[in-house]
Amino acid sequence: MFKSFRAAIAGLGLLAASAVPALSQGTLRIGMTAADIPLTTGQPDQGFEGYRFAGYTIYDALVNWDLSSADKLADIKPGLATEWKPVEGDPKKWIFKLRQGVKFHDGTDFNADSVIWNLEKLLNDKSPQFDPKQIAQARGRIPTLVGYKKIDDYTVELETRIPNALFPYDMSYIFFSSPTNWEKQGKDWAKVGLNPVGTGPFKVDRVVPRERMELSRFDGYWDKARVPKLDKMILFPMPEAATRTAALLAGQVDWIEVPAPDAIERLKTGKMVIVTNKYPHNWAYQPSMVEGSPWTDIRVRKAANLAIDRAGIKKLVGDMAIESKGHVYPGHPWFGHPTFDIKYDPEEAKKLLKEAGYGPNKKPKIKIAISTSGSGQMLPLPMNEYVQENLNAVGFDCTFEVMEWNALVSFAFQPVTGDAAKNAGVNAINISRAFPDPYSGFTRLMHGEFVPPKGANWGILKDAKLDAMIDKVHNTYDKAEQTKALAEVHSYIVDQAYWIWIVHDLNPRAMSPKVKGFVQAQSWFQDFTPISMQ
Amino acid sequence: MLLYTLRRLIYLVPVAFGVSLLVFALVHLAPGDAISAIVPPDAPQEVVEKIRQYYGFDKPLPVQYFRWLAVTLSGDFGTSIGTGRPVAEEVGSAFGNTIILAISATLLAFSLAVVLGTAAAYAKSRIVDRLVTLVALAGVSVPNFWLAIVLVIVFSVELGWLPPMGLGPENATGWRLDGPHLAHMVLPTIALAMIPLGVVTRTVRSTIKEILGMEFVAALRAKGMNDRRILLHVLKNAAPTCLAVMGLQAGNLIGGSILIETVFAWPGTGFLLNSAIFRRDLPILQGTTLVLSFFFMMLNLTVDIIQTTVDPRIKRG
Repeated sequence: MFKSFRAAIAGLGLLAASAVPALSQGTLRIGMTAADIPLTTGQPDQGFEGYRFAGYTIYDALVNWDLSSADKLADIKPGLATEWKPVEGDPKKWIFKLRQGVKFHDGTDFNADSVIWNLEKLLNDKSPQFDPKQIAQARGRIPTLVGYKKIDDYTVELETRIPNALFPYDMSYIFFSSPTNWEKQGKDWAKVGLNPVGTGPFKVDRVVPRERMELSRFDGYWDKARVPKLDKMILFPMPEAATRTAALLAGQVDWIEVPAPDAIERLKTGKMVIVTNKYPHNWAYQPSMVEGSPWTDIRVRKAANLAIDRAGIKKLVGDMAIESKGHVYPGHPWFGHPTFDIKYDPEEAKKLLKEAGYGPNKKPKIKIAISTSGSGQMLPLPMNEYVQENLNAVGFDCTFEVMEWNALVSFAFQPVTGDAAKNAGVNAINISRAFPDPYSGFTRLMHGEFVPPKGANWGILKDAKLDAMIDKVHNTYDKAEQTKALAEVHSYIVDQAYWIWIVHDLNPRAMSPKVKGFVQAQSWFQDFTPISMQ
Repeated sequence: MLLYTLRRLIYLVPVAFGVSLLVFALVHLAPGDAISAIVPPDAPQEVVEKIRQYYGFDKPLPVQYFRWLAVTLSGDFGTSIGTGRPVAEEVGSAFGNTIILAISATLLAFSLAVVLGTAAAYAKSRIVDRLVTLVALAGVSVPNFWLAIVLVIVFSVELGWLPPMGLGPENATGWRLDGPHLAHMVLPTIALAMIPLGVVTRTVRSTIKEILGMEFVAALRAKGMNDRRILLHVLKNAAPTCLAVMGLQAGNLIGGSILIETVFAWPGTGFLLNSAIFRRDLPILQGTTLVLSFFFMMLNLTVDIIQTTVDPRIKRG
């Protein structure tokens, strides 16, 4: 009987072998964390993972990201625009010179008309191509863009509501899809989603909802240095980390995003390569700064920052994090020279709490809204429990309001003074934040004018000095001076301990040793064009 | 029988209406906001409101319900707010994939359960009985998502015999009855079959054991009927009870496969629901849950009709 069983299993083994056909050397198969293929119509959903796989692969922005180096922070570079500058004497107007000779995957020309058509798609709800799904993703990325007009076939003028030196960063999130393809698909964005056409280095061969998206090299890509070496790239949605790990180890995919920390050792044993790098990610607590909150006292904020054993948390997440020393990590161009050294010093933390008038009979009560999972949240439950122990050990009375990820995102739609936070008695929030550009990193989170719903200054931090420093960044058009101004902002917020900074994620991904040529940029986005399969 | 079936079908109408109300209420009672899943956390309020209006989420809940009911009755089910594709299309393709998995798990679980349950009930050896009880206990006790992960580790990762995820080979679209697609079905089928295997084995064992102790069985033996024919009588008597349990379990296989489909990245209704929950895609959530509920109702009706057919003592209505 056992013999028959073995024969049956052997038979199934043959079936399995036939289930994974031999692929050409140039096909890369990736397991994403998303539960579905991100929106492919132009403005992807599913957060920055969507931008990574269905954004910069299929499309280009006027301003692209330089993802060629692992050693320096990824910054913007010319994309579909070759140059841009504000109009002299009227800094609210920007002239973008468009790249000539760029073709969409369907062979049509990219020009000023395509730019205007795509901006109408997002900003003019009377236009036939207006798409609420795309505007939902994109509008928050271009908060100051109010006007656009064609100057000539390869020049456009864009207008911002206020002078905004950071505007080129905003335009790095806006992609341009083919107007002709939209017509061809019966003016139906759902159909465009199954047959998208952009100008990017990869063209889409097939989208099978919830199963896979097949991309292939676009030989006519305008940037000859970035024509993909791969023949094909296939993306699979795999929301479950154990499934991704198993699929990689079993050879069903060649690359997985975010392996579970406890699977790293097993993946290494299986000869898989774990790739990590710093990137603009922040896992921190954003405190309430309204009257009555214990966080309004700088000594309490500093005590919390000194109470946390970040090395322990790093170990907890399998060394897939770096310990925070501020809002951005040391070595980042905006780090500056803060004087407050964020480290693990529980004795100093206790001393500060005592100075602030707290003691065993009068503990600062803090209640933090946290999620059970979520994009960029790493391992929120064990990490928060670890921090809770640290905080309570120095004299805090720390509790949590635990909710599901989307509920936490909705919770943050209102500021701390809103009903949601008031009813829950919450005075801090734990939402991981990206800082790929200065607006995302500082303005929307800390400027006094960007309290929700306008921005994400949830804790209502109001500091006129900080606002002036951030405004200076928005009005500094010289890049070096802008970086200097950003370093001043960062030094100031660290010295004021405006947030409780804990760790930065290391963006782990695991891949087969067959994957060659990948350079993990210090970015949420990655370049797949130099990759080849051995 | 025809009258009975027609009457039961008519009864389904108010039940279906109640189910639709319940589905709508539950989906809207859950914390979170559908709009939060499709706009970035710091989207300007004017954009959030515009999107809310576009999808009709600014209307009072009763208005939203009747609008949804109207499109559902027309067979449309609305449009997914996550993908923009018609809900009927999304649910239809996913439902087909789930049915394939559910049928294979049903066949495996029920056939094995009848054999094991009967063997345990008849077994003179206590070891056989205890072994079968152990299998049944494991089936109802071991979490199937955990078993799924263990199966993947053993048969896909360590032994490399079977593919760990997906509906089929990556160069194929949709499901087909061929070797590669069957290989993809093996592990999810086993994982999905474990709970119904445990439950039905226990039911079959206890029901047959009870029937074997009845006087009519002793009478049949006294008449000199052979064991095979007695077994047929016993099975026929056990059938109504076992069928009722099997019906419920088959329904659970359709609706309860969310974890298994997620672990195996099997693009069925469970995977679709998982994706819809993360995206707060209310039209998909409502459409999928409603379709699954209707299927469950139809399944129960079918089981009732079969029960009445196999056991004329059951007079319904």
